Amino acid sequence: MSDEDLTRHPPLSPSAVARRLAVIAGVVFASALAFAYAGGWLTPDRLTPTRMVAALSDRGGNPLGHRRNHAKGICFTGVFQANGAASQYSVAPMLVTGTYPVIGRFAIAVGNPDASDMMGRVKSMAVRIISPDGQEWRSGMNNSPVFVVSNPRDFYELTLAQDINMASGKPDPAAMKRFSATHPDSAPFAEWSQAAPWTTSWADQAYNSLNAFRFIDAGGVSHLVRWSMEPTVSPTPVAQAALASMGPDFLEHDLVRRLSDSPLTWHLMVTLAEPGDPSNDAAKAWPSDRKRVDVGALSVQKAEVEADGPCRDFNYDPTILPTGIAVSDDPLLPARSAAYAESFDLRTAEVADYPYSPRPAGGRP
Amino acid sequence: MRTGRDAFSGMQRVLHWLMAIMVLAMLFIGVSMVSTLQPRFLTLISIHKPLGIAILALAMLRLGVRLRLGAPPLPDDLPWAQALAAKLSHFLLYALLIAMPLVGWGMLSAGGYPIVLYGSLHLPAILPHDDQLHAILRTTHTVLAYIFFATILLHVAAALFHALIRRDGVFRAMAVIGPPNR
Repeated sequence: MSDEDLTRHPPLSPSAVARRLAVIAGVVFASALAFAYAGGWLTPDRLTPTRMVAALSDRGGNPLGHRRNHAKGICFTGVFQANGAASQYSVAPMLVTGTYPVIGRFAIAVGNPDASDMMGRVKSMAVRIISPDGQEWRSGMNNSPVFVVSNPRDFYELTLAQDINMASGKPDPAAMKRFSATHPDSAPFAEWSQAAPWTTSWADQAYNSLNAFRFIDAGGVSHLVRWSMEPTVSPTPVAQAALASMGPDFLEHDLVRRLSDSPLTWHLMVTLAEPGDPSNDAAKAWPSDRKRVDVGALSVQKAEVEADGPCRDFNYDPTILPTGIAVSDDPLLPARSAAYAESFDLRTAEVADYPYSPRPAGGRP
Repeated sequence: MRTGRDAFSGMQRVLHWLMAIMVLAMLFIGVSMVSTLQPRFLTLISIHKPLGIAILALAMLRLGVRLRLGAPPLPDDLPWAQALAAKLSHFLLYALLIAMPLVGWGMLSAGGYPIVLYGSLHLPAILPHDDQLHAILRTTHTVLAYIFFATILLHVAAALFHALIRRDGVFRAMAVIGPPNR
């Protein structure tokens, strides 16, 4: 057919060829430009996961191979025993009465994996609860009742304020003051941080989801919730000044000692919002009279060092949820998901910087 | 390979244009989602995974159809270098259509992630949970995406070259609507 076709087309003039080539070049160039725009290369001000995680990586120590936030921690295993009380609010399979395996992690919210535990004003618990049909509920919770900011941009600015100054080797104290002065939304967190007693244990802390989520019931109705892991150990306050004499790893020692006696229990308390409670502002507490439901018990049975522990290679992305639980419109949730993925992508490529302990034979478990 | 046809079959054309839209959407979604902390991140990634699996399924179907029906012959007067480039780029496009979803699926498997298509519909892991494997596949996924987009740009440029300059029927063989040749 090409012969016939060619007879139908009179040859193009050189200028027509040039015009048509320009059209082709234009199509290719415009497509490449659109792709570059989508990828953020034309908008260098865009707050990307790469920028966020780079800022988190610059808070002292050598974070290579480690989580870029909550960098220092320890793995645990245990079970979650659901009592079925949540089933009227959510069809999540691990909220049906039963026992479900958990791989979790305790940590302190620092950028330096070798930080002293006395730097851990914010302590955290992460859990990964597995249902028999293979669905997962991952949650990263902090011991503060509210989060320090309500949106990713503010978190980025806070992180920059905590970054290490190259000249002094320390964060700039004026930077934190400037941040607090310009971010009044952070006041509830700051009040907690000033007033809450220090303790020397992960075991005596409550861990809060901070972000709001949605429970979806069997009728498809959505319930706005937050949740907390409430400890059964009462806190033993200590003076902050006393922490310095306790060695850098007192949290790990405390946990291991407690678990050698018996498992540790937390109650998973679900708080149900009333109309008007903010779904998109983790820096704001909900009124304290909201209905709270005890939906089950977490039993932490065994702790293992992170380097070879079962939590090491999991990303505790809080948007990994089973059916029956969904994200709210809280802007921190997508940002956490994107930044955690970036941190995970980096650290899985840095195994050489954070090796597994050598094993006599057979490699790691 | 069958010869003597001057156009791809209707089925091949439908598959080609449907997948063209899907793959371009996929590449733009991918490059957008990895560069944002905004709420669209979760929307984009929830489209990215099932769309990738849909592309994998259609790519297998399309490969079967291509092996069965073949392609119309290239014009006799096409310079050998262009003919070779056409064949190699088509081979590369088919390879990427199949490799990209598999690398993505494998990367999530090695990362210990649940592979959620929709709701409780999950796919099994196709590789063991291993961080070094995850790191390699994660990088591969990105590099292949750039190669894929560059190959598509080349493919579009070549198609338009056939349509606007050579006007040799190659573009019309895959066109959905009437040929732009004049």
